[in-house]
Amino acid sequence: MKSAVIVFPGSNCERDIAVALEQVSGHKTFHAWHRDTDLPEVDVIAVPGGFSYGDYLRCGAMAANSPVMRVVKERAAKGVKVIGVCNGFQILTEAGLLPGALIRNQSLKYICKTVDLKVENTDSAFTRHYTPGQHIGIPVGHGEGNYVADEETLKRLEGDGRVAFRYTDANGVVNAAGNPNGATNNIAGIFNETRTVLGMMPHPERAFDPQHGNTDGRALFTSLLESLS
Amino acid sequence: MSVTHTPDREPKVTAELAAEHGLKPDEYASMLESVGRTPTLTELGIYSVMWSEHCSYKSSRVWLKKLPTTAPWVICGPGENAGVIDIGDGQAAIFKMESHNHPSFIEPYQGAATGVGGILRDVFTMGARPVANLNALRFGEPANPKTRHLVAGVVAGIGGYGNCVGVPTVGGETNFHKAYNGNCLVNAMTVGVAQTDKIFYSKAAGVGKPVVYVGSKTGRDGIHGATMSSAEFTEDSEAKRPTVQVGDPFTEKLLIEACLELMATDAIVAIQDMGAAGLTSSSVEMAGKGGLGIDLDLDAVPQREAGMTPYEIMLSESQERMLMILEPGREEEAKRIFDKWELDFAVIGKLTDNGRMVIRMHGHTWCDVELAPLFDKAPLYNRPTEPTPPQAEIAAAEAPLKASARDTLLALLGTPDLASRRWIWEQYDSQVGADTMIGPGGDAALVRVHGTPKALAMTTDCTPRYCYADPVRGGAQAVAEAYRNIITVGALPLAITDNMNFGNPEKPRIMGQFAGCIEGMAEACRVLDFPVVSGNVSLYNETNGEGILPTPAIGGVGLLTDSTLAIGSGFKAEGDVVLLLGETKGHVGQSLYLREVHGREEGAPPPVDLAAERRAGDLVRGLIEARKLTACHDLADGGLAVGLAEMALRGKKGVALTGLEAADAGLLFGEDQGRYLVTAAAGDVAAVTDAAKAAGVPVTTLGTVGGDAIAGLGGGALALADLREAHEGWLPGYMAGDA
Repeated sequence: MKSAVIVFPGSNCERDIAVALEQVSGHKTFHAWHRDTDLPEVDVIAVPGGFSYGDYLRCGAMAANSPVMRVVKERAAKGVKVIGVCNGFQILTEAGLLPGALIRNQSLKYICKTVDLKVENTDSAFTRHYTPGQHIGIPVGHGEGNYVADEETLKRLEGDGRVAFRYTDANGVVNAAGNPNGATNNIAGIFNETRTVLGMMPHPERAFDPQHGNTDGRALFTSLLESLS
Repeated sequence: MSVTHTPDREPKVTAELAAEHGLKPDEYASMLESVGRTPTLTELGIYSVMWSEHCSYKSSRVWLKKLPTTAPWVICGPGENAGVIDIGDGQAAIFKMESHNHPSFIEPYQGAATGVGGILRDVFTMGARPVANLNALRFGEPANPKTRHLVAGVVAGIGGYGNCVGVPTVGGETNFHKAYNGNCLVNAMTVGVAQTDKIFYSKAAGVGKPVVYVGSKTGRDGIHGATMSSAEFTEDSEAKRPTVQVGDPFTEKLLIEACLELMATDAIVAIQDMGAAGLTSSSVEMAGKGGLGIDLDLDAVPQREAGMTPYEIMLSESQERMLMILEPGREEEAKRIFDKWELDFAVIGKLTDNGRMVIRMHGHTWCDVELAPLFDKAPLYNRPTEPTPPQAEIAAAEAPLKASARDTLLALLGTPDLASRRWIWEQYDSQVGADTMIGPGGDAALVRVHGTPKALAMTTDCTPRYCYADPVRGGAQAVAEAYRNIITVGALPLAITDNMNFGNPEKPRIMGQFAGCIEGMAEACRVLDFPVVSGNVSLYNETNGEGILPTPAIGGVGLLTDSTLAIGSGFKAEGDVVLLLGETKGHVGQSLYLREVHGREEGAPPPVDLAAERRAGDLVRGLIEARKLTACHDLADGGLAVGLAEMALRGKKGVALTGLEAADAGLLFGEDQGRYLVTAAAGDVAAVTDAAKAAGVPVTTLGTVGGDAIAGLGGGALALADLREAHEGWLPGYMAGDA
């Protein structure tokens, strides 16, 4: 499995996700700069978390229009797997690779903690090593993770099994108490139509190593490895 | 169209104008003597900030010299941007803590945010990648109408800056006390990691070498910040809001990356961030340390606004700027890196051999003074000190329990100083970098040294009420508590940074507090082999004559060479045996129990037996290294019962205690020092007990981990669910306006 991670000015999780990709694949992850107009041949592209361009306009809005994103879109159209985490999810929605938008948390506060999630669909290159409905815990760290979309879009996402992860309470129940940011339908992560692009607010790379105290994010990377090799 | 500023348009410098700049009459006289003529406005501005308390440490220097600052592992002690210690394998930890108290009180969000930005720059300017932030916060009493606003703003500011630059905020402490009603304290600490052969210093060298400005453009913000921070507050302090700087964490992130990229080459001779007093202090310090002069051409300084005067440019505290001396001929290479990161880069002057500071702009000379007096003739005061009178010891029998032990514990865990700080730390990204092993809410934070088996332990500690009652004991206790916290995760305590927050040093009582705290700290540092490698002094924390509690905040750093040894502070497994290490005499003076239950903030604070601290610390670290312990927690505020409750809450497991049903307040809530609560698997208890006896550390078996309550206290079992509700409920409720 060969991978690239996209680095924008203000990205700050590119090393963390590269470590996870490198550890499962044994291959060095290519670091692409926002001004790059080409990428090496890779199997998976990661759009990392952070504060691209300071999030000063609207989270992900400027990154979505950077030169490298044109290449990411071309590759995504060819079926290359693309995962956007946190700010990366915001960028993918701004770039039109995923529907909907991420707005300010309902609490109006940044929130960093491990949240409970339900794996909604394991039929994807990203989630095949989870079991359907599996209850996992993965850290979030964001101020704008409140997923919104118009009704039509939500209907399609729900009807087509494109919700990847949903926030739950500590008992694994999808409810308001377990929703950290006000996301519609407790949506924490979604796929594109072909389930080759995944955007998610939680950070699987922060629940990867036993020393993180939690390895529930690891299966995402091993899923990718298995499906791509 | 702007009118070019000329020297004849400047106000004439007089004694009155000098006084407005904070210079005392004798200080102004000394300045006149050094300059040899009436200074220009720009010269006055430069002198006034360099000789301010903030930059010159004129009241504290004589005392700071008493602190031990060396050890075989210390690479660089106080005097540089930050302290540097050896952590093996050619790596160094670089760290410092710094206050941003005055700005945070006036404008909490920006004040706190730029405090974080400033301390980050102090660390990466020395070549380190910042790996963790911590903080030490003190606010006024919850009932004070301003407290909620300050907590909300400071926390949002720390998070807003730290989260964006991508440095995890992994620990800290927060207290509430009415002594901080008029002066909150915001102390920010950064820890970074560098290669020992790639450490950068601020001492300039090489006549003719270019002086280079990088980072953000210079604006009119923060002018006189250093002077403002060197005076007491009065009721019109709100009017000082324009002296507070505005932070831009995105630019800081770019600056970190650009500087570290340039530092990987050998193009940099010296580098210094533009912090307090901006371009003035950075240029004076760099040239001064090198015994050189400096010529600056302010027309070349990147400016955010039109029509800025030399005075404004020299005194601006615009953030995210650095000054460096480059090797000649390397400018283009350096500029390419800053262009890539879209940051300004300008050659603004050169080093000279004439020992003068010369500033030119618009074809005029605005400053031409001898440089050395700016820092080596800065005033130095040996201010009178008045010792704090000793407080009476209070016997535990004088402060009996007023309710059952169970109910008292439940009440204490929900008081402002013991309630959970989750509401605060969940607003900080504590995990970016993916190396955080123990984040906020533990005794010490633990962060892996990326790509190595090592981890750095770090903590911030101080108990100001102890320092107020007995500065010597309080100073020693702050250092000892930092030491203990680092021990609990298994690390070897290596060095500290200190952030000395005090009132007006011109008052002998305050200066006596300062001297006393230094004395206690120095003794603790010596006995515990825990030297001071960096620090910061913040004086004049007074409003309308009311000073804060003396608050020497200690930031401690330790090394765990094998991070797999690390243990946490929550109960780990059912059946583990809970043991108390260290001696309990039942000291209730200055305890939170005495204050919260009896309404008495009185008595002598607990004595600190440093030799016993050392014995207990070495014992615990040895036991962790031998993998004999499963959890460890130091005892501090609230004493034994609170410590047990915290371990239960953190581990989500109860405990069945034995022999404590009839315990008195001294035993349960006394704050005797030098104690640890540990747990061990049943099979390891004998080994732990034997080791304690061999080390001469008292050991007591307290009970067994299990269940979902704290059982065995007088008054019946206390369910963890109830305890958690009290502990977690207070701060969110308060911030929501319920309390």
